Amino acid sequence: MEKRYRILSAAALMLLLGQSEAATPADFLQQFASEASEEEPAFAGFSSRRGEQFFSATHGNDWSCASCHTRDPRQPGEHARTGKRIDPLAPTVNAERFTSERQVRKWFRRNCNDVLGRVCSAREKGDVLTYLLSLQP
Amino acid sequence: MQKNVLTTLATSAILLGVVTVLFLPYWGGVSAAAERPDDDHDDELMLPRVMNANWRSECSDCHVAYPPVLLPASSWRALMAGLQDHFGVDASLDTASQAEITDFLVQYAGREPRDRASQPVLRITETSWFRHEHEEELPPSIWQHPLVKSPANCEACHRQAAQGDYDDDTVRVPR
Repeated sequence: MEKRYRILSAAALMLLLGQSEAATPADFLQQFASEASEEEPAFAGFSSRRGEQFFSATHGNDWSCASCHTRDPRQPGEHARTGKRIDPLAPTVNAERFTSERQVRKWFRRNCNDVLGRVCSAREKGDVLTYLLSLQP
Repeated sequence: MQKNVLTTLATSAILLGVVTVLFLPYWGGVSAAAERPDDDHDDELMLPRVMNANWRSECSDCHVAYPPVLLPASSWRALMAGLQDHFGVDASLDTASQAEITDFLVQYAGREPRDRASQPVLRITETSWFRHEHEEELPPSIWQHPLVKSPANCEACHRQAAQGDYDDDTVRVPR
């Protein structure tokens, strides 16, 4: 009983630490890369050019990423439906981007569903992030 | 130099006075029209005194966080159960946040309508309250105004909406 309690509190502590720990865009790149190698055995690294094409193209639905984030993700965007301002997406101009596991998970889940009607692959996410990080401030 | 400043100040004061006198009847008329005995909400501040941080941040990602009082509990429950398709947009939340925010909305929800429809109203703009408040004084074309875009965009006219202030005094309708 006591042992189980210790394991549980250790797990809770790790969960807490994991949530409060600030992530960096590089952490996400690493995470996407390891997931991509699992998803695609032929995975050979991310491409900023592929990321840019993915970002500005539509994928079967009405919207692309650029519909809200604009074709220049260093600029503020605007929600395509409500018009609410969206802060720039590129981490090179907005230091808050790609620093929270929870936010990154939430927005890829929602936006990939809106734009593609499915979840994004790890390679797609890594390509887009590589493209965003290539944008000079 | 100092005389110039004094002259400018005096001119401004006189102008302000003239404008106030000219528009006083209009302002009076607007506020009198907005006061109705059947109003059961506080026009000055629509938000509950106790706030939920999760509601405030999650519900203001894509639009201003709408005050819980604007829909009845049955509507909030139905709306929160369908966030994956939130008026055509995926607004899904993790289960814990979804439950917490639903509780908050339900706790401070508005009254259920007397003539309960078979389906709860999901759009605030379709409630009789919203229509009553907006259809009398505004032309329907206002919602297509480039600065308004949509009736979901409260802040286009209610400049203090994010603070829960929907008072007529802070309304500025774009021309």
